[in-house]
Amino acid sequence: MNDTSSSPLLHADKVPLAISARGLAKHFGDVRAVDGIDLEVPRGMIFAILGPNGAGKTTLMRMLATLARPDAGTATIMGYDLLREPHQVRSSIAMTGQFASLDEDLTGRENLVLLARLWGFRGREAKARADALLTAFELSDAAGKQVKDYSGGMRRRLDIAASLIVTPGLLFLDEPTTGLDPKARQDVWRMIRQLAGAGVTILLTTQYLEEADQLAGRIAVIDHGRKIAEGTSRELKAATGSGFLHVTLADPGRLGEAAALLEKRLGRPVQTSVEGARLAVIAGTAQAANGAVSALLAAGIDVTDFSLGQPSLDEVFFALTGRPAESEEAKAA
Amino acid sequence: MSSIDPSMRTLTRVERPRQPSALSNALVFAWRAVLKFRHVPEQLFDLVMTPIMFTLLFTFVFGGALAGSTADYLQYFLPGILVQTVMFNSVYSGMGLSTDLSKGLFDRFRSLPIWSLAPFAGLMVGDILRHLIAGAIILTIGLILGFRPEAGIIGVVGAFLLLIAIGFGVGWVFIVLGLLIRTPMTVMTIGFTFLFPLVFASNVMVEPATMPGWLRAFVEVNPVSHMATAMRDLMTGGADLSQILLALAAPVVLTLILAPATLWLYLRR
Repeated sequence: MNDTSSSPLLHADKVPLAISARGLAKHFGDVRAVDGIDLEVPRGMIFAILGPNGAGKTTLMRMLATLARPDAGTATIMGYDLLREPHQVRSSIAMTGQFASLDEDLTGRENLVLLARLWGFRGREAKARADALLTAFELSDAAGKQVKDYSGGMRRRLDIAASLIVTPGLLFLDEPTTGLDPKARQDVWRMIRQLAGAGVTILLTTQYLEEADQLAGRIAVIDHGRKIAEGTSRELKAATGSGFLHVTLADPGRLGEAAALLEKRLGRPVQTSVEGARLAVIAGTAQAANGAVSALLAAGIDVTDFSLGQPSLDEVFFALTGRPAESEEAKAA
Repeated sequence: MSSIDPSMRTLTRVERPRQPSALSNALVFAWRAVLKFRHVPEQLFDLVMTPIMFTLLFTFVFGGALAGSTADYLQYFLPGILVQTVMFNSVYSGMGLSTDLSKGLFDRFRSLPIWSLAPFAGLMVGDILRHLIAGAIILTIGLILGFRPEAGIIGVVGAFLLLIAIGFGVGWVFIVLGLLIRTPMTVMTIGFTFLFPLVFASNVMVEPATMPGWLRAFVEVNPVSHMATAMRDLMTGGADLSQILLALAAPVVLTLILAPATLWLYLRR
């Protein structure tokens, strides 16, 4: 983990902010993709935007990276005004989008040399810069291969390398590990940590609670274009409650009965899903969970499976909003 | 893991070099276009096969019937097919742009502090190179089959300069289409839907003398006809300035309207 995770930087006036945004909003027709978000990201931190698909994460990031114009709100990025000084903002940021923004026909090395030249490195310097980045991202062996022949993990690494031609003060990573296998994900995480260790502020979006947990000093949870919670991973978990009990019933017909019993026993709202005959509830401790499962069995409700563990993203949402992340029907129920 | 740490440290201490000029930015994108030739030589195949087929088919199948002899027809048809080639090639360039945009590559370019029009200037340089390569191949085949540019080298050079201007002007149409349409296949369909009637209802293939009056009226104002006529006259030595200016009118108007439109479409966000 990086060393900023436990310090309350957000309210320390002396730490300059990498991002300071007020009331950012972007609408696409009737859809409020981002609906008034405030954000303060201190320099030197890994900050995660956590949310389900369609929550507005990418739109928020694109606005902060000057790629989409906000319909409302203001922001200062690395000390520059997002709307009035986009060129200066671009000089101090880099963005790695969700879909590898590389030229697939060119080799990995050519992609980096191209960008190095655009930044102003000349002939030999540009090549040296490309080679240094290829080495650091363990891509030297594939340097001469066309990017279309790269694996997903290699593409991601090259894409991040492409954002580091000139060291950005602030690096945006949009879902940096979506679609990667576990090994490739670990590699990308390691490189992100090293970058942060070297002083680069990183704003990343993710759908994975674990990713935010592993990397980020602070996490903002967004849903339907609004920020619904923010804090360290510890704070969010405390708000969600640790020790999530998952129970699967033998008879889906008794779901309501089981939910009522668990709610009475544990004093917490119970999330049910009819499809899997599953219930989820914060139990807190193993003893409480044990007692709750025993109570179900004592009432003659047969349980086929149960477990105690971390809440899923969906359950964090349930805890934060009182409803599941994406299901509108469940919201009404 | 430890193998990366030291290099990552030096990596992340890199300051930006002096801001490069707009021209330098554009040349980098031109270099990208040249690299594409090396990595995707197939694109040259697409590029020249259609015009070669047209040249051979029209000359040997229709040539005798249309112009009395295949040699006479080739003399008439070859400058026109060059115009057609350049126009069709522009469609591929629009498709390429649409592909780049759909893959997010331009998001990276847009988030760089570079001259905004540089990627398009680079596209144009790539286009012009493609036009020159395709034009040279077709001219060579023409020469082998018996085409004789009576105005000599100077006439041919003049014709190719005009060809580049045509390619430049028409290129904007497909850059705009590429920016507006996110599926490359749709760019192609729309492109050819307009280009086929425009090229066929011109004097590229045949003299309009036997066409019905309404069509002849269209052929006479069709900019493609003016381009083909000027190309022919330049190569055979009968060109006058007004004909060349007429041929340049459409490319100039297209550039004046569509270059600012390109910038606006690209920068809107």
